[in-house]
Amino acid sequence: MSIELRPSPHLHSGRDVPTIMRHVVYALFPVCAFSIWQYGLSALALIVTVTLSCLAAERIANRMSGTVNTLSDWSATITGVLLALTLPPAFPLWMGAVAGFAAIWLGKSLFGGLGHNPFNPALVGRAFVQAAFPTAITTWAPAFAPQRFSEFIPSSLTLPFMVPNDISAWVAANMVDGFTGATPLARWKFEHFVYPVEDMITGAASASSGETSALLLLVCGLYLIARKFMDWRIPVAVVGSAMIMAWGFQLYDAETYPPMHLALLSGGLMLGALFMATDMATSPVTPMGVWVYGALIGVLTILIRYFGGLTEGVMYAILVGNAAAPLIDKYLQPKVFGARKK
Amino acid sequence: MDVIVEEILVKGKGGREKGNPPGREGRAEGAGWTSPFSLLSSLFSKKDFARGIHPASYKGGLDQPIRRMPFPRKLVLPLAQHIGKPATPLVAVGQEVLRGQPIASANGPLSVPIHAPADGVVEAIALQPSARGAWTESIVLRVFEASVQEMGWSQPLDIDALDHAQLIAAIQASGLVGLGGAAFPSHAKFDVPAQHSVHTLIVNGCECEPYLTCDYKLMREWPQDLIAGTRIAMRASGAQRAVIGVEDNKLDALEAIRPHLPADGSITLQAVATKYPQGAEKMLIKSLLGLDVPAGGLPVQLGIVVNNVGTLALLGRLLPQGQGLIERVVTLAGPGIKRPGDYWIPLGTTLRSILDWAGNPECGEREVILGGPMMGQAASSLDIPVTKGTSGILVFDKRMLEPITQHSWACIHCSECVNACPMGLNPSQLGMLAGKLEFDEMAQQYHLGDCFECGCCTYVCPSHIPLVQQFRAAKAFLRERKPL
Ligand code: SF4
Ligand code: SF4
Repeated sequence: MSIELRPSPHLHSGRDVPTIMRHVVYALFPVCAFSIWQYGLSALALIVTVTLSCLAAERIANRMSGTVNTLSDWSATITGVLLALTLPPAFPLWMGAVAGFAAIWLGKSLFGGLGHNPFNPALVGRAFVQAAFPTAITTWAPAFAPQRFSEFIPSSLTLPFMVPNDISAWVAANMVDGFTGATPLARWKFEHFVYPVEDMITGAASASSGETSALLLLVCGLYLIARKFMDWRIPVAVVGSAMIMAWGFQLYDAETYPPMHLALLSGGLMLGALFMATDMATSPVTPMGVWVYGALIGVLTILIRYFGGLTEGVMYAILVGNAAAPLIDKYLQPKVFGARKK
Repeated sequence: MDVIVEEILVKGKGGREKGNPPGREGRAEGAGWTSPFSLLSSLFSKKDFARGIHPASYKGGLDQPIRRMPFPRKLVLPLAQHIGKPATPLVAVGQEVLRGQPIASANGPLSVPIHAPADGVVEAIALQPSARGAWTESIVLRVFEASVQEMGWSQPLDIDALDHAQLIAAIQASGLVGLGGAAFPSHAKFDVPAQHSVHTLIVNGCECEPYLTCDYKLMREWPQDLIAGTRIAMRASGAQRAVIGVEDNKLDALEAIRPHLPADGSITLQAVATKYPQGAEKMLIKSLLGLDVPAGGLPVQLGIVVNNVGTLALLGRLLPQGQGLIERVVTLAGPGIKRPGDYWIPLGTTLRSILDWAGNPECGEREVILGGPMMGQAASSLDIPVTKGTSGILVFDKRMLEPITQHSWACIHCSECVNACPMGLNPSQLGMLAGKLEFDEMAQQYHLGDCFECGCCTYVCPSHIPLVQQFRAAKAFLRERKPL
């Protein structure tokens, strides 16, 4: 008989990184399914392409750096799925693949892999393609097009390195009531059109693949929170502070600033608050820090939307939050038990 | 100081009136409709500390009484079973000794004597392996085959007739130390330094480590001794009152004690939240009295002395008889144990002889842990004896060790460790600094010194980073460097 010598503790909760990540992927399944139901083949192909390109990028990075295979920790899968969900459904697939590689290489591998990355890789990927393909990323397709399960949106199948195929003819052919090719936030900004709440909750508004149904996102987020795979304080802080900001602006001038539901239910705020701001690796760890970080993102989102050039500010707000996270942690250390009051 | 004392006494009064465990007296009065409210209020007034973890309890065989196992043939009694100076042998090789006879005397004020746990003959006084290291000066006894498990040596004492100094001396002579694991000499704890005055004795009945049940069994089976020991401890330390804190998953232990409480109300019972590390001194004081022991400070600065129930039960049992500590209750548990349960085990019994009788030979590669699974130490050899501080012997098989032996990932900043650390530290940050060997920054900026190595951080870390292990190493490094 042999005896082992190990330092205490001799027990462990049994949780590990892959389990957490896997459950995030599970929680994103319904969101993907809904997106596919809305946009059909194009959405499916986009999600698959982006995810596979992320996995390929991760594997290549593993090979090059000679580290262990990290596909099994599921984090590259999350990046891929999340990234796909932030792209417009008509996004050309080859550009989606570029986004996937950019996300993993620029957003993660460059810094040393999972846990060392300062920014959410999916957002890095999205920021990259936003800069590289500004037109494609703002070309929206109508949801529930009649032919969506039998044919692709023409731009999806654009040949690599080509300008996206024009989709205006297809949009005209697949015209759905009320589709204008602009997101709810853009329509407010340019036409002062108020989208009905119901449409935004159930996903009838045009937007990126995964941002349309606030309700579904909330349910999936609640699952993760209930299983303790997500820190509930972050989405609460983000949405809460955005709500207060939007409400304040409304009070101040209801003509210029959009109604609150527009601010909360559109532009990926829900997707960002629930699934991106909560990315563990890039958010603070201290109790106070988490609230400050969430509030910072919420406030910045509204400020960028109302005063910046971009109609959808969540992505940049989260990237700024990520950048600030180490500082926030540094200055908001937890209160030590029995610390003498100064 | 006075303000604090006053505060405690005021709180204590409140605690006595409405501090009974939920579901007891607190709810007795009033018609049916009031009960939801009192239930609610008992929820909100839950006696608790911040953070901590909820590991599975793995406590089995709760109905079984404390039992005995066959006497071992050989006993190995290290002279240093306590914190402080090793005892001085009183016997020579070849000398016959009686069960209960002192065989080594205390060497100075921070030391305790050792008594023979069995009738036998001194075979050697030599270096033997112990939990403290490979070579510890020990008395080896060969036990007579006919040795009975009854106490042969006794000098009954009239405790009420002793003055304070005599009482402390009598406690020292009993060889008693903190049986919760720390093994700090009890008399030294009761002998409060002149600059402090103690008003409250906290009796720690929180056995928060998974698997361990020895304190629970003692509370259930020996409540009279526990109360007797508590009264002696109050006298010795000068405390006017005592609070027995027990986790709320052991309410039957509380009920076993309740009938023996003295009528004057000086000893009270209090249920506290069941979680780890509720049994840590600072956490229990927080839960019971709502007070924070200052960082780097001791409970005695607040006028509080904390003692483990096992220690006090044995104090109440041994002192009136003038007997010494020769055996203790030890929990045997884990997949590698065939006969789990709680046993009175003579001090000096080697792990090998215990496992020969109680172990499961089929269990292959295994780990033998002395104490609880969270803070207990792995035994390096089966020749190590049970000593005064051994509360449990756990044998884990390979399956149990798996989660810890898996490979680890980089810190993913999940903040689980921060939300678990009862001391309010930032283990994530500490772990990162430990990785860079920046021990000084750990100590100066991130309060490394306040970590009491409870292991909550390592337990929860999904990246399987050996956080507390790194902190221990960092502390050892700083300690060794200090004299330079
Ligand atoms: S071992 Fe130290 S750092 Fe870790 S949880 Fe316990 S007190 Fe905190
Ligand atoms: S529990 Fe582990 S992975 Fe999570 S923040 Fe702490 S050290 Fe990092």
